[in-house]
Amino acid sequence: MLTRQRVQELFHEVTKYSTADETEATITSNHYALTRFANNTIHQNVAEDATYVSIRAVAGQRTARASSNKLDPMSIRRLAESALELARLQPRDPDLLPMPGPQMYRAVDRLYPETAVLAPEERAHAVESVIRRAEADHLTAAGVFSSGASVTALFNSRGLKAFHEESISEFSVTMMGGSASGWAKKTAPSHAQLDPDGLADRAARKALGTADPREIPPGRYTVILEPAAVLDLLGFLVFDFSALAVSEKRSSFTDRVGQKLFGDRIKLRDDVFHPLHLGAPFDGEGVPRQRVQLVEHGVVKNLVYARSTARKLGAEPTGHGFPLPNEYGEAPLNIVMDGGRHSVDDMVRSTERGLLITRLWYIREVDPYRKIVTGMTRDGTFWIEGGETRGGVKNLRFNQSLIEMLSSVEMLGPPERAAGEESFEMVVPPMKVCDFNFSSVTKF
Amino acid sequence: MKDFAQRALDTAMASGATYADVRAIDYRQRYLSTKNGQASGVRDFESQGLGVRVIADGAWGFAATDDLTREGVDRCAAHAVAIARSSVLAKRHDVQLAPEDHVVDHWASACQIDPFRMPVSVCLDLLLKIDAELRGVKGVTLAEGSMDFRRTDQLFLSSAGSEIRQVRTQTGAGYSATSFGAGEIQKRSYPNSFGGQHQTKGYELIEELNLLGSARRIAEECVALHKAEQCPQGVKDIILGGAQLGLQIHESIGHPIELDRVLGDEANYAGMSFLTLEKLNTLKYASEIVNVVADARPEHGPGLGTFRYDDEGVPGQCTPIIRDGLFVGYLSSRESAVTAGLGKSSGAMRADGWNRIPLIRMSNVSLLPGAGKFEDLIASTEDGILMETNRSWSIDDRRYNFQFGTEIGWEIKDGKRTRMLKNPSYGGITTEFWNSCDAICGPEEWTLWGTPNCGKGQPAQLMGTGHGAAPARFRNVKVGVAYGS
Repeated sequence: MLTRQRVQELFHEVTKYSTADETEATITSNHYALTRFANNTIHQNVAEDATYVSIRAVAGQRTARASSNKLDPMSIRRLAESALELARLQPRDPDLLPMPGPQMYRAVDRLYPETAVLAPEERAHAVESVIRRAEADHLTAAGVFSSGASVTALFNSRGLKAFHEESISEFSVTMMGGSASGWAKKTAPSHAQLDPDGLADRAARKALGTADPREIPPGRYTVILEPAAVLDLLGFLVFDFSALAVSEKRSSFTDRVGQKLFGDRIKLRDDVFHPLHLGAPFDGEGVPRQRVQLVEHGVVKNLVYARSTARKLGAEPTGHGFPLPNEYGEAPLNIVMDGGRHSVDDMVRSTERGLLITRLWYIREVDPYRKIVTGMTRDGTFWIEGGETRGGVKNLRFNQSLIEMLSSVEMLGPPERAAGEESFEMVVPPMKVCDFNFSSVTKF
Repeated sequence: MKDFAQRALDTAMASGATYADVRAIDYRQRYLSTKNGQASGVRDFESQGLGVRVIADGAWGFAATDDLTREGVDRCAAHAVAIARSSVLAKRHDVQLAPEDHVVDHWASACQIDPFRMPVSVCLDLLLKIDAELRGVKGVTLAEGSMDFRRTDQLFLSSAGSEIRQVRTQTGAGYSATSFGAGEIQKRSYPNSFGGQHQTKGYELIEELNLLGSARRIAEECVALHKAEQCPQGVKDIILGGAQLGLQIHESIGHPIELDRVLGDEANYAGMSFLTLEKLNTLKYASEIVNVVADARPEHGPGLGTFRYDDEGVPGQCTPIIRDGLFVGYLSSRESAVTAGLGKSSGAMRADGWNRIPLIRMSNVSLLPGAGKFEDLIASTEDGILMETNRSWSIDDRRYNFQFGTEIGWEIKDGKRTRMLKNPSYGGITTEFWNSCDAICGPEEWTLWGTPNCGKGQPAQLMGTGHGAAPARFRNVKVGVAYGS
C-alpha cells in the first residue's frame, strides 16, 4: 500500500514533468487478496498489488487522460507527455471548465489496518470452518473470502489535494444439496464484521429449506425481496439520476423529474457519509460529495451533477462526477433507501400466497424508458402460503417494470448494507411487493 | 521482462513450489469516443506486471505485482507459495495436471496497420463525421461512437521448461443513434451494439467495416422505430442476424461447455452448467444441421478468441463441441481435464492480465456455416420475424432458460421482409431452441463476431471471445416474451 509520503513524491514527479496548461493526477493503489472455494475445498487463492498514476492534461479547451503503473521518473515524464499530446490532437471542447481549486472534505475513517493485511491462513481457517458446516449437513459449499485495502489520491495544478484510504472485505457462500441451493453474502470495511459462520448457516438453512423445489406457473405474484434482491434491481435505476443522462434524453427520468413516479413509501438518497457506506468523500475531479435526496415520497426530486453538467444546466455540482474525460457524466454511488419496521418474518406472516426471494441473477434492461428489466431468481426461492414458507420452487424469470414495482410496495423492513452481484453495495431494506411479473420458469 | 519472469520462476521453485508458471505482460490500450459532435473520451492506458502461479503442497497459490524490482519479484513469488500452503488448511485433494509438452515459441497476431500509429486526429475525424451523419437525421437525440485498440505482449515461462511469447493486437469500433420521443427510447447500433465489432486485427478492421457508409441508414431506422408496430406475443419462426446469433451462441453454448462450471468451480458466482458429464457424446444438443467448434487457431479467423497458446502454455486448438447436433466436447484446462477424465486440456485457459489467474474461457465458439444466401432464407420463410442487433440478454445460472431482446425486427410474410417491428424479444430453453434450428446460411454470410466484455471469476475478469455465425432460422419460438403481462 502506498504511503502519503510516496503519494506526495509521485505528485511531485508529475508536476515536474507536465507542461500542460493544467494538470490533474489521480493515484490509485491497492492490495487485495481473495480465497475462493468450491466443492468443499479451496481451489483458487490469489493476491495482487498494483499502483497506477493517471494524468489528465489540459491544452487550450482540450483534455485527455493517460494512465500507467510504470512509476519510474522517465515513465512518468513520458506519461505526462502522452496525456498532453493526446489532448492537443482533438477538437476544442467549448464546455470544458478550468480545473477546480482547493476543496475542504469531511473526514471519513474507513481503514481497518488488520483487514488490509489479513493473512491467507486466517481466510483459510474461516473457509475450513464453513466447509465443515457444509459437510455436517451433506451440503457442498462454494464461495469467497476476500480482504484488502486501497488508496485514492487526487491533486491538480490549481492546488486541489484529496486523499482517501479504506479497507474492504467480503464473505460470500453458496450451499448446495441435490437440486436446492442457498446463498448469503456480506461486505464490510473490517473482516471482523463479516461473520462467515453465520452467513454459512444462513445459506445452509436456505438450501435445506428449498430441497426438491416444485414448479409453479409463471404469472403475477406477491414477492418478498430480501435486501440483496432489492439492491440488484435498484442498481438499474442509479444511472438514470445523472443530470447529464436526463439532458441527453437517455434516462428513464427524462421529462419526469418532479413527478410522482413511485409509491409514497419510496425515499431514496445518496449519502457517502452514511456509517454503513464505503467510498471517498470526493468525486473524479476532487469535488466534495454532497448528500442528495433523490426521491421523496415517490417523487423524483433531485438529480446529481458533475461540474460540467451543473454549468450547462445552471445547477450546483453535487460531487458525483466521474473522472474526466468520460461519456457518462455522473451517478449516485452511495444509495440509501429508507425502510420500515417490518421484518422479513412479518412480511411472510402477512402473505397468503407469494414468494420469498433471496437473490436475483443476470438482470438486464429490456426497456430503458418503461424501465422493464428481466432476470432470474437464484439460490433460495421459497413458496409462501398461509403466512408460512412452504418449501422451494423452481427458479423463475421475471420481466418487471421498476417504476411499477416501486409503486407496488406494501411493506418495508429495516435498511442494511446489502451486497449482491449485479450492482454495487447499497443500504436498502427488504420489501414486500405485489403483482411482480414472472414470465417463465426454468428446470431447477 | 524475461529476467524478472525467470527470477520469479526460480524463486517460486526455490521456495517449495512443485510447479510454477509466470506470465509477464506489457499491455497497452487506447480508447477514443465521441458524443453529439464532441470528443467525449480520449484515454491511453498501459499496465505492466507479472503473475506467479504455483502448486505447493498439492494446492494452488497465485500472487501478482507491478513492483518489477528484484525485491518486488522475489516477494511476489514467495507470497504465491505461502498462499498455496495456506490453501492446504482447507484442501480435500491434491491438484493434478494433465500432461503437456513444454514449448518454446514466439507468435504475433496479424496486424497490417498498427492502430497505435494511426493519428488520433484521423480516428476522431472519422468518428465525428459519423456523428454528424447520425445527427443529420431528424429525431436522433444522441449520437455516440468509439474506437478501442489493445495490444498484449505476454511472456509465459513454466517450470516444465516452456517459454512462449505472444503479441496480440485487437481493434474494435462501433456507434449508435438514440432517439427519445413519444414516451420511449429507441436505439440502433452498427456494426453491433455495446461497442461494435472487435477482432484480433489492426486498424484495417476499421477500414473494412463501412462505418460511415452505414450511418444514415442506422439513424433512419432508429427514428422509424417509434412508429413501428410492437413485436407480437406468441409463437413464431424467427431468423436471427449473425451478430445476435453470435451472442446466442456465447450464452447458450459457449458458457455451458466451460468445464469449470460443470464441475462446480463457479457455483457461487458465474454459475454452473446443465451439461453434466454423462451428457458428453449422448445429449442431442441441437438439430442435425448444427455443428459448433471452439477454435483458437489463427486459421479459424482473427477472432477475439484467437491465440497460438493458452495461458497454461497449451496449444490453441479446434475442439468439436456439437457435431451433427450431438454434444461432443468441453472447454477444459489441464486440471479440469484430469478431474473429468478427459486426458488432455482443450487449451482454453485465459487470464485477464498479469494480475489474474487463468480460467476456462471461450476461444472462438463458432457455428459452422450451412448453405445458401440470406435472401434465400428470407424467401423460404412463410411467417416469421427477423431480429437483429442485441439489446438485452439474460440466462439462468445453469444456462437453460434464456431471453434476448434486439434493437429491431422485421416481419416476414410469404418469403418477403415486410413491416418493421419494435422491441423484439424471444426466449426459450437452450436445447429446445437449438433443436429447432432448421436453416443456417452459407459461408458468404458468415462473420466472426467479437464479444469484448465477457465477465467471469472472482476477482472479476473480462475476456474477449469470438463467435462465428451466419444468419439462421429457428422454428416455433416464443416471441414478445419481454413485454408479456
